Amino acid sequence: MVEARGLVKRFGDFTAVAGIDVRIEQGESFGFLGPNGAGKTSTMKMISCMSPLTEGTLRVLGRDPATDGAAIRSRLGLVPQEDTLETELTVFDNIYIYGRYFDLPRRQILERAEQLLHFAQLGERRNDKVDSLSGGLKRRLTIARALISEPDLLILDEPTTGLDPQARHLLWERLYRLKAEGVTLIVTTHYMDEAEQLCDRLVVMDGGHIVAQGTPRALIDRYSTKEVLELRFGLDGHGPMAERLGQVADRVEVLPDRLLLYVDDGDAVLGAVHELGLTPDSALVRRSTLEDVFLCLTGRSLVD
Amino acid sequence: MTSLAPAVAALPDDPGVAVRAGWPTWLRSVWRNWYVYRKTWRSSLTTTFLEPVLYLAAMGLGVGSLVNHHSGGVNGVPYLSFVAPGLLAAAMLQVGVSDCSYPVLGGFKWERTFWAEVATPLSVGDVVAGKMVWEIARFATVSALFLVVMVAFGVVHSPLAAFVVPVAVLSGMSTATVTASFAATQDSDLGMALLFRLGVLPMNLFAGVFYPISRLPGWLRVVAQVLPVTHGVDVLRALTLGTGLGWGLLLDVLYLVLWAAVGVVASLRTFGRRLVQ
Repeated sequence: MVEARGLVKRFGDFTAVAGIDVRIEQGESFGFLGPNGAGKTSTMKMISCMSPLTEGTLRVLGRDPATDGAAIRSRLGLVPQEDTLETELTVFDNIYIYGRYFDLPRRQILERAEQLLHFAQLGERRNDKVDSLSGGLKRRLTIARALISEPDLLILDEPTTGLDPQARHLLWERLYRLKAEGVTLIVTTHYMDEAEQLCDRLVVMDGGHIVAQGTPRALIDRYSTKEVLELRFGLDGHGPMAERLGQVADRVEVLPDRLLLYVDDGDAVLGAVHELGLTPDSALVRRSTLEDVFLCLTGRSLVD
Repeated sequence: MTSLAPAVAALPDDPGVAVRAGWPTWLRSVWRNWYVYRKTWRSSLTTTFLEPVLYLAAMGLGVGSLVNHHSGGVNGVPYLSFVAPGLLAAAMLQVGVSDCSYPVLGGFKWERTFWAEVATPLSVGDVVAGKMVWEIARFATVSALFLVVMVAFGVVHSPLAAFVVPVAVLSGMSTATVTASFAATQDSDLGMALLFRLGVLPMNLFAGVFYPISRLPGWLRVVAQVLPVTHGVDVLRALTLGTGLGWGLLLDVLYLVLWAAVGVVASLRTFGRRLVQ
């Protein structure tokens, strides 16, 4: 569906995307995980044929965005990071207008709009102005709108940023349904749980580069340990403490508010910590996540 | 639930019949502007229509009785007849700048609807064309309605008034296109406020809407000649009064065309810079 080689995007002196290679297959749910400024949105804009590439080659749906932009866009659904809804119009009108951009016959738009309103659980709000919708409802409308043309490829740029947990989970559930129906999804996110939930395969981006790629599970296995022990020791002394803990853990990360110990058996290591005569204020054993992968690769956390 | 997935038969790596032969893409953008207007027209009714008519009544009848009493009208023309075509040009200015200032800025910055358009098969050129063609339609309808009011007031004195609508459209486009190109470069509404104060207001006052610019001192007359609206007023007045006809009017028209053309080309550039980064 998408094939990029040596993809570069520069804005003046600033390099947003510094030469990435990506191949996304049909039916796949593919993620771009990285912190703000990693180059995810620039990559999305190039793939969605809204921004020309500076260097490299890019094929989307087998075509060249430079020459077939409109043709490619006619088969894409784009959910941009910031809403681009007609705020003075109703929920239904937004879907209707969007369908007309794709020149769909009126009858077809009306049919699909019904399905999409149902899908996005917006049926009861169909005649409400967009202005009156919450952030989560607006995102759902944006997704519903992007599906009006039955796109081959749905591109979602940070679909749940700024939403409350409940709204996020509902959105994930809806996206999961699309995936189950075989829609190819590309998702950017700086939430590791989102990437874990939605993506079959993902690339981790940082500073315009791809620093790792694979399935969420494979990335965790490769770059992290089975479990993570999180320890808090009051307000100071994390640095020196980390050195002492080095003898019981594979790896220790120092965060501003806590220490992360990368281990295979969290409970056993917590016992060992106590044997060292250390008494943390709090201790938590958890599974490794993509956040830990990112921390291992870059030494920084995803959400600053 | 019915399936939302694309037909499995669709070739994964070939969009096939990509842009369906149907409505041209630019027309879809025009249609969008019409649809949004249809749903929201009430909010612009007072500025686009009621206001000019109120001006016509107040200036034409109120100020007019004073002018007619003291000097027998303007160059022998009753003041209401003199001021009406001027107010038509001023109304075109008002409509065009209102439509192409804040709404264009909003399309980039607040509602961001221009980005919604270019995420579909529509291009930047389609967005600009959609806006411009829609404005032409706006000017045509508003000026036609205004012409009806002028006829009702008995201020149309020449059959040449049949050409009022296309000239009013051109006069409106001379400022609307430039306004749109400017709005596309702005990041806050500060520039819009300046535009109204330093652009629209002086044009209303010095473009010969309310008095002949020959009354202005020499240097100010030169300034007035630079303003596009001055030329719109000139032609519209000649058409409704049936006086002052000559080749000079052709120059007026060409001057308006020049402004409109520059505005369209500039809009393509500024919209493009903003939307394609």
